[in-house]
Amino acid sequence: MAGYSVSPASPASPTSLAQPRKPGFSFGRLLLRIFLIVQALAVVYPILWNVLASFKTNEEVMESPWSLPTSLQWDNYSRAFKAARIGDYMFNSAFVVILSIAILLLAAMPTAYVLGRMRFRGRAFLTNFYMAGLFIGSVYIIVPLFILMNQMHMLDSRFWLSAVYATGTLPFAVYLMTGFMKAIPHDFEEAAMIDGCGYFGTLFKVILPMTRPAIITLFVFSFFDFWNEYVLAMTLITDDAKKTVPIGLSNLMQIQQFATDWGSLFAALVIVLIPTVIVYGLLQKKLTEGMMMGGVKG
Amino acid sequence: MKTRRGWFIAACLLPGLAMYLLFKVYPAVQVFQKSLYLWTGVADKPKFIGLQNFRDMFHDDAFLLSVRNTGLLMLVVPVVTLLIALVNASILTQSKLRERGFYRTVFFFPSILSFVVIAILWSFIYHPTMGFVNSGLEMLGLGDWALPWLGDQRTVLWALAVTLVWQAAGYYMVMYMAGIDSISPDLYEAASIDGATAFQKFFHITVPMLWEIIRVTIIFSINGVLTISFVLVAVMTAGGPDRHSEVVMTYLYGQAFTNSNFGYAMAIGVFIFVVSILLAFISNRLTQRGSH
Repeated sequence: MAGYSVSPASPASPTSLAQPRKPGFSFGRLLLRIFLIVQALAVVYPILWNVLASFKTNEEVMESPWSLPTSLQWDNYSRAFKAARIGDYMFNSAFVVILSIAILLLAAMPTAYVLGRMRFRGRAFLTNFYMAGLFIGSVYIIVPLFILMNQMHMLDSRFWLSAVYATGTLPFAVYLMTGFMKAIPHDFEEAAMIDGCGYFGTLFKVILPMTRPAIITLFVFSFFDFWNEYVLAMTLITDDAKKTVPIGLSNLMQIQQFATDWGSLFAALVIVLIPTVIVYGLLQKKLTEGMMMGGVKG
Repeated sequence: MKTRRGWFIAACLLPGLAMYLLFKVYPAVQVFQKSLYLWTGVADKPKFIGLQNFRDMFHDDAFLLSVRNTGLLMLVVPVVTLLIALVNASILTQSKLRERGFYRTVFFFPSILSFVVIAILWSFIYHPTMGFVNSGLEMLGLGDWALPWLGDQRTVLWALAVTLVWQAAGYYMVMYMAGIDSISPDLYEAASIDGATAFQKFFHITVPMLWEIIRVTIIFSINGVLTISFVLVAVMTAGGPDRHSEVVMTYLYGQAFTNSNFGYAMAIGVFIFVVSILLAFISNRLTQRGSH
């Protein structure tokens, strides 16, 4: 456990909360701050170390993990793009993520609308049928899925990978959206009908704009899910030109172990980090809000 | 009017249902059915062998070791993760530190990193010569404690456990923080007036009031261990050394795609499915009794 500075049951911290509002110096507060700073370092240092290593030469990387780079090796970055083709992997990932989210929304929204707001025979059954899907993980079904897609010539296709991703999140999306749909008052539909909106018009022009918060939640969740996905991408895509970032990176690590080009591996990791940090920065509030909606209230 | 309504409902349900049946329900049913077959290759014809795959499972030492490893991770990681998350969440909400927003952002950060990025990063952290765990120990004069953390049978699983905790603690912390924010401040104030220590407030207000959220996060966390441990093991250790970091998921995967043992892999799938439903049920039951 060395190198990991978080101790779960640090007795100092909870007790030291006793006088949180006392002005001036407090010993408890000092301990509290030390406790937090140590944890923050444990989180930040590995990432900082990665960024530093991406500017080092291979000799420097192997020499000492604590030293600073003597000069900035921007070359690592160009090798990550050219030789390691990290840009291609990122394009594939972006393509798959956007397509998956589009398919997911197109499938989940109408389903949730009908299940949440219309009465018809089989509605309760279908709702439960989708709920059951929450328990079906992707590793669990990977073998028959692979065989099925092999038979139907769906392997090595970014489109079908996206469809599988969308389906994976469908039960959760239907569950989240149905709950949200139920909360919208029925007057809106009646008014729309009187104004001559058809069923589809009502769904797309009246109801969908009202579910924006739920759509954003779903968007944020699925973005990270799809961007990170590993098992399915590894199994369903074998063509190197179609691989996504997680698979590209893990291949790269295996290759660099023999080529010992650590610098470009670290550069690749930093390149992959950048869009995540940007999305995080833009959506941080939505993300944590969404966690509440999606996770806890369920 | 009536039929138009019917057509509309059908049109709305159809795309989702078609996908769901094809990519999720059908494979899930197949797992159960084909777990009863001997099936060794994509082109081969499956041969019915009844429960033989399941019998084999319990005589397969490598499988049993992977069950033990997975079990240990599922037992230890959620407890440690959720404890850290809970303690941090109550510190950052209760003590009015000015910099709490900063810590919230920093602690949450690992949960947005790609699992593969985390796996690669941590395989370097644990690296025997390049890693900063060992060289840090040397700098502190504790060079004797240096180990090839991922290459030693005794430490490999716990090294992975630390990475799992590092990844998830901030995620649950944010969940708990939102939960604590919705607890009435009057409760804490009244307790302060009565002279309660922060320790007492933690156990008598925060934990009971958050109990429903804690229950949900226990199930989330167990599930998270199953998913993320697959990626960590696949990238960091490939199950080694000598299968001491193999988890059930990677074992299933290897049986299917390395050994072409499809029938057997699916029997393991059934095992995982049944056990994870049982676990969800049991942890739900256990935590219910403690409910206030």
